[in-house]
Amino acid sequence: MIELQHLTKRFAGAERDAVRDLNLHVNEGELLVLIGESGCGKTTTLNMINRLTEPTAGSILIGNEDAHAKDPVELRRSMGFVFQAVGLFPHLTVEENIAITPRLLKWPADKITARVEQLFDLVRLDAATYRARLPRELSGGQRQRVGLARALAARPRIMLMDEPFGALDPLTRDDLSADYRAIHDRLGLTTILVTHDMTEAFLLADRVAVMRDGELVQQGTPHQLLAEPADAFVRTLVETPRRRAKALARAMETDSAP
Amino acid sequence: MIAAAFAVLPGYLGQHVLLSISALVLGLLISLPLAIVASRVAWLRGPALGAASVIQTIPGLALLALFYPLLLMLSNFSEQVFGAGFRALGFLPALLALVLYSMLPVLRNTITALVATDPAILRAARGVGMTPRQSLLLVELPLAAPVIMAGVRTAAVWVIGTATLSTPVGQTSLGNYIFTGLQTENWVFVLFGCVAAAALALVVDRLLALAETGLAQHSRAKVIGAAVGLAIVIGASLVPIIGRAGAPVVIGTKSFEEQYILASLIGDKLRDAGFTTSERDGLGSSVIFHALAADDVGVYVDYSGTLWADQMKRRDTPDRTAVLNGVAAWLKQTQGVRDLGSLGFENAYAFAMRRDVAQRYGIHSIADLATYAPNMKIGGDYEFFGRPEWAAVKKAYGLNFAVMRQYQSNFMYRALQDGDVDVIAAFSSDGRIAQYHLQLLSDPRHALPPYDAVLLISPKYAHDRKLIDALKPLIGAINLSAMQHANLMVDRQTDKRSPAEAANWIEQQLH
Repeated sequence: MIELQHLTKRFAGAERDAVRDLNLHVNEGELLVLIGESGCGKTTTLNMINRLTEPTAGSILIGNEDAHAKDPVELRRSMGFVFQAVGLFPHLTVEENIAITPRLLKWPADKITARVEQLFDLVRLDAATYRARLPRELSGGQRQRVGLARALAARPRIMLMDEPFGALDPLTRDDLSADYRAIHDRLGLTTILVTHDMTEAFLLADRVAVMRDGELVQQGTPHQLLAEPADAFVRTLVETPRRRAKALARAMETDSAP
Repeated sequence: MIAAAFAVLPGYLGQHVLLSISALVLGLLISLPLAIVASRVAWLRGPALGAASVIQTIPGLALLALFYPLLLMLSNFSEQVFGAGFRALGFLPALLALVLYSMLPVLRNTITALVATDPAILRAARGVGMTPRQSLLLVELPLAAPVIMAGVRTAAVWVIGTATLSTPVGQTSLGNYIFTGLQTENWVFVLFGCVAAAALALVVDRLLALAETGLAQHSRAKVIGAAVGLAIVIGASLVPIIGRAGAPVVIGTKSFEEQYILASLIGDKLRDAGFTTSERDGLGSSVIFHALAADDVGVYVDYSGTLWADQMKRRDTPDRTAVLNGVAAWLKQTQGVRDLGSLGFENAYAFAMRRDVAQRYGIHSIADLATYAPNMKIGGDYEFFGRPEWAAVKKAYGLNFAVMRQYQSNFMYRALQDGDVDVIAAFSSDGRIAQYHLQLLSDPRHALPPYDAVLLISPKYAHDRKLIDALKPLIGAINLSAMQHANLMVDRQTDKRSPAEAANWIEQQLH
């Protein structure tokens, strides 16, 4: 579905590549998590896929078509994008935010209204309560649900998500990521999700791609990564959830000791 | 006096609002696109804001004054090239100056707001598939709207205030109260003009503030309320000036009371004959003549000696009749201007002294003055010392004063009474000469030309029978004492009358 070939990006004035010779394949219906520390190039990679950033070299194939040959605006309208900072338009109501891409695609009004209703159900928000509210009147979790609905509005086949749950409190975060996994499966989406949280990656991902300093270090299922980490960096990274689980278990034992 | 002020309010307010709104709208049409371009093209920001700031430092009156000669030049040029000129006086120069004046706050606020748009929002706008144009129209401008609106508010208040200064370039505005009031020492008028302009500015400011809050709070009700309020204010102000039948005859006045009285008299005569009229008040002596020749002004009263010296550049001083005939012939031949003839009185430059001072020195004529001049102070109006008459008198009598001071004409008489100056260049038709018992000095060497008040008609109306018939009865009908009395009615401090009332008084004398 998505094929990145020798993808390289160097920003003007930078001393080294932000992304270097990246090769990655994402299958249709797959949820791929792109993980790494901040500054490793994972967000830049995501931005290049819908051409918010243009690559310096390499190519991107979307369903066997060269992304570079397409009109960038059309390309973006065909994909859903969820941002870490949510990026809801503060002057538009929840309903208007969700409807924005269908509106840009000039859908008829009744079709947009019907679609917005569906989306409220899909992201489990009460339409009657939230429809006319402004983003600033919502909680962080509600905002991200609206952001998700907005990204899904024009029925994209591909979803790009940039640390979508990063700024949420843990309860909301678990709730919403479980909801998203269900939506992904139900709609048969192809998703690339960027995060730096290995637990989240393992819970959500069909496959995980680890990046460091602009390069792809290893890719595979969570199981493969745990079983055969490519190097010490990956090992430390993938063992984080297990290490924390153990630490947690010890803390619980100490606490419950008489 | 208040009633007289209210009587002309609809016309003044309407013109003021029309001018301000036109300037604001045109200003916005220029500033907004410029600001949008400048928010995207970084190198343009400095020059655009710099130019707007420089314009802001030019005094409003000077900016307005600069546009008249500029437009006159352009008009002459277009007349030569395309065979048609345009009106260089009145609405156009006022509009252009105010447009420039309105630009800075809108430019500054729009650029600031657009440049400061949250990058996360911009990324989201692109991410959902907006073109740069859609991002601007659907996201950036709506988000910047409250800040832009604040700029528009500032611009509106500036423009409404500065529009009062458009009176001297011939555009009627609420400034007419202030300028007329200043000339005739009618402080009620001055105050009325200030209050009216301030009230208008305040109301518009409050309504725009409501729009600004409405935009910031996304309250459609507030924005609509503000729009409706503005529409009411603008609509109500413009009603008196639209739907007026026919193009009005423009009556010009120079900036002193006699001119206001005569303009009012001429206006009454023309309106009685079925014409509509408008006034261009307080024009400069040369500006008004060129405006008449260019048909920007239809009718006004000038003085034979002024035309003789200023326009014909004659330095000799023949007798009254010769000057009158010479002026009329010259006007007809070279300018196509019709000189209907003398109104019947002279308003000459005349040297005047306090009677007691004149007696102390035994001064009766300008010739006597020459001996004492080196120890004396002379006062004149803004024009006099720059005029050829002054040069001629100085030369003829060898006058050389210790001090020369310039005054607004009504302050000049005060200065003479208070002894701040010893002699003034007064006007013979001035009512205050009799009121203050001033001694007029004779001119034995005939250095000063005669100044018969003559009624001039612009080329457009030069053969308009109806207009000429309406004004003919004024020719030879006003004698010097009647004019002095009418002038005094307006000038005096007690039982002060408006120029319109003084005009009515003259009219009663005519029958």
